[in-house]
Amino acid sequence: MLRFILGRLAVLIPTFIGVSIIAFSFIRLLPGDPVMLMSGERVMSPERHAELMNQLGLDRPMYIQYLDYLGGLVTGDFGSSIVTKRPVLDDFLQLFPATLELSLCAILVAVCLGIPAGVLAAVKRGSWLDQTVMGAALVGYSMPIFWWGLLLIIFFSGYLGWTPVSGRISLMYFFPQVTGFMLIDSLLSGQAGAFKSAVTYLILPTVVLATIPLAVIARQTRSAMLEVLGEDYVRTARSKGLAPLRVVGVHALRNAMIPVITTIGLQVGVLLAGAILTETIFSWPGIGKWMVDSVFKRDYAVVQGGLMLIAGVIMLVNLIVDLLYGFINPRIRH
Amino acid sequence: MKKLTTLLAATALASVMGTAAWSKTLVYCSEGSPEGFDPGMYTAGTTFDASSRTVYNRLVEFKHGSTEIEPGLAESWTVSDDGTEYTFKLRPGVKFQTTEYFTPTREFNADDVIFSFERQYKEDNKWNKYVAGASWEYFAGMGFPELIKSIEKVDDLTVKFTLTRPEAPFIANLGMDFASILSKEYADKLEADGKMELMNQQPLGTGPYTFVAYQADAAIRYKANPDYWGGAQKIDDLVFAITTDAAVRAQKLKAGECHIMPYPNAADVAGLKEDPNLTVVEQEGLNVSYLAYNTLVAPFDKVEVRKALNMAVNKQAIVDAVFQGAATVAKNPIPPTMWSYNDAIEDDKYDPEAAKKMLDEAGVSGLKMKVWAMPVARPYMLNARRAAELIQADLAKVGVEVEIVSYEWAEYLKLSSDKDRDGAVILGWTGDNGDPDNFLDTLLGCDAVGGNNRAQWCNKEFDDLMTKAKTTADVAERTKYYEEAQVIFKKEAPWNTLDHSLVSIPMSKKVSGFVMDPLGIHRFDGVDIAE
Repeated sequence: MLRFILGRLAVLIPTFIGVSIIAFSFIRLLPGDPVMLMSGERVMSPERHAELMNQLGLDRPMYIQYLDYLGGLVTGDFGSSIVTKRPVLDDFLQLFPATLELSLCAILVAVCLGIPAGVLAAVKRGSWLDQTVMGAALVGYSMPIFWWGLLLIIFFSGYLGWTPVSGRISLMYFFPQVTGFMLIDSLLSGQAGAFKSAVTYLILPTVVLATIPLAVIARQTRSAMLEVLGEDYVRTARSKGLAPLRVVGVHALRNAMIPVITTIGLQVGVLLAGAILTETIFSWPGIGKWMVDSVFKRDYAVVQGGLMLIAGVIMLVNLIVDLLYGFINPRIRH
Repeated sequence: MKKLTTLLAATALASVMGTAAWSKTLVYCSEGSPEGFDPGMYTAGTTFDASSRTVYNRLVEFKHGSTEIEPGLAESWTVSDDGTEYTFKLRPGVKFQTTEYFTPTREFNADDVIFSFERQYKEDNKWNKYVAGASWEYFAGMGFPELIKSIEKVDDLTVKFTLTRPEAPFIANLGMDFASILSKEYADKLEADGKMELMNQQPLGTGPYTFVAYQADAAIRYKANPDYWGGAQKIDDLVFAITTDAAVRAQKLKAGECHIMPYPNAADVAGLKEDPNLTVVEQEGLNVSYLAYNTLVAPFDKVEVRKALNMAVNKQAIVDAVFQGAATVAKNPIPPTMWSYNDAIEDDKYDPEAAKKMLDEAGVSGLKMKVWAMPVARPYMLNARRAAELIQADLAKVGVEVEIVSYEWAEYLKLSSDKDRDGAVILGWTGDNGDPDNFLDTLLGCDAVGGNNRAQWCNKEFDDLMTKAKTTADVAERTKYYEEAQVIFKKEAPWNTLDHSLVSIPMSKKVSGFVMDPLGIHRFDGVDIAE
């Protein structure tokens, strides 16, 4: 197992370097530079432009800038934002818990609803239930997030008044950030009603963000289950007279879980991408919104640092998924 | 609405201070996060609303709701006969805010003024680069590094600015956000503690509201400054709820989660007006949108051609299509709300037949040209692509073939300033300080060719008037020069002036005392909310 883990870790190094090159060059390939945008419609003189480019070190040869940035990454220095002048890592650490909280809730909802729905659809293959679940999954999968979010806000917040429109917690609650997770911090604050408020603010963004992963997980579970349910050992299990619940729940599901876990792992990337839109609609102060703003402002340090950190999170999740594989299916370890 | 007031009635302060206080809170759904809280380093209105207009003051201020200057931290000032020395008498007894992070021991004085300016241009000043990448774009953009010769402390309450040349708009410039006055005592403390970067995170000034906390990308909290020299505020707490999407802001306002919102979608305004709990106030913005020809390139170097093209475009149709009526057709390069606006000028009449004839007479046939459409929405032009399409259709009717081009925004700004630019460019301007010089000379002066002067138009007669207006302090005389300059502009037609947009601010009917500002600032001093 240790060799397996070390092997997986070794693969991360070239991936890390590859991502760093992509993150570095991606933002620089876009036309326009951050200095030009600093003065808005007011044109900056070429001398002033050159002076600022020099001050920010952006006039140095690309490879020097890259090596400088790579050197920083190795020592944990992600640079400072060109716009806000704050260290990128500080902003990331402050904002990431909000994204993580939302993503965890979304993936929890997607898994808790998606797997049973997929199993049910597979067991009742061809029935109205199967068709309804798969139809809903197709709709969910094709849902434009932005439109979906606004629709939910207009109906549940505007028309019914059941949920708040946007934000993380009612403005009447104000307490210091301890963990960055509003659900936990609201409990720690000891303020009556704070936790309940945080939950109500979490509902709509969670539903919106969970929509696509939920659909994907349901579809993947169904097809994996269908495959497994046709296997010989399942037939054997059935013919042994085992209860149908045990056949499906233990014999079939455990084996069907491998591709499903891969899918769930891959959804982390989807969630972070979805968070960009969801966070914008619901004014959710996470990294999605932060990254989008930075791309528009050509804030090189934030975009490249943020991408590296996000890639790091995704790599970590994939590593965990790989290890989970090994746990579920010992053959993979070898 | 009820929900909000009930919730907020029990509010933030109570929880922060642990006492059961009842406080009056106003929630403003702001459109974005501030870049920082040191207004000298930034150029965005969003940042100014959150810093300079809440926490800070300046030597002079814009009168609420107008572009007129009134005394601020300076009670009075005198200008030397040659127009190069400005002596300010500072307001006595002004206290800096007391916060959880700093308690001032002295009142505002000349040291604070000198500190606030010197850090922006003296490179040996420790505060010039107090955070990585600090730069002072407005200070540089307004030409202050070349303009200011020295700033001296005459006594504790007197400061003298010596300029390198007479500059009439100087006083108006001092009302701008970058000229906000910071506390030197606070700066010294931060420096001693080795925490200089906090100046940009925990602001401290003399303004109407004291900064409490910024929850990144979520909310900014302030409380009324009990020591404010301008008098007590009617509300206790002010909260900026950061909500970037305009449609969501509108929903929050309707649901009572906030009381005021800026920048609604043009399409949402009608719906907001119908809401019985809301009111929408509107005002002409201090802006202009234009189509600038490149007057250095044939055939646009001919006045007749530019005039003919202007006459071929139906500007009312653009205003209707792009703004759904929330704008007015522009005839002058400065907006009607600005002093010296020359209302006697007649706009080029929309007359395609006459335009076609003029083009024929000028010997122009089968003309092909490019029209540049901005890739972003700005307050003065919400949809440049749509406007360009309408211009394209109109010009086709007079035999001119238009190709619409666009670039990424930063690239657009840069390439559109090129002297040999191919095509006419759609762009605009929002006033910084209410002085006509800020439009006319900045956008049309000879010095700005190859820069802000997108028409690359240099007219000696016009430029002489600009210089004369700049070097005299007499407003009546300056008005005369600017009015005359607008006549020359209209005759020469370097631009087709497109529109001045209307700015709308929807708010709860419970809000009173909120005054719309022509400079696009959102100020909350004097605002009240009914409980």
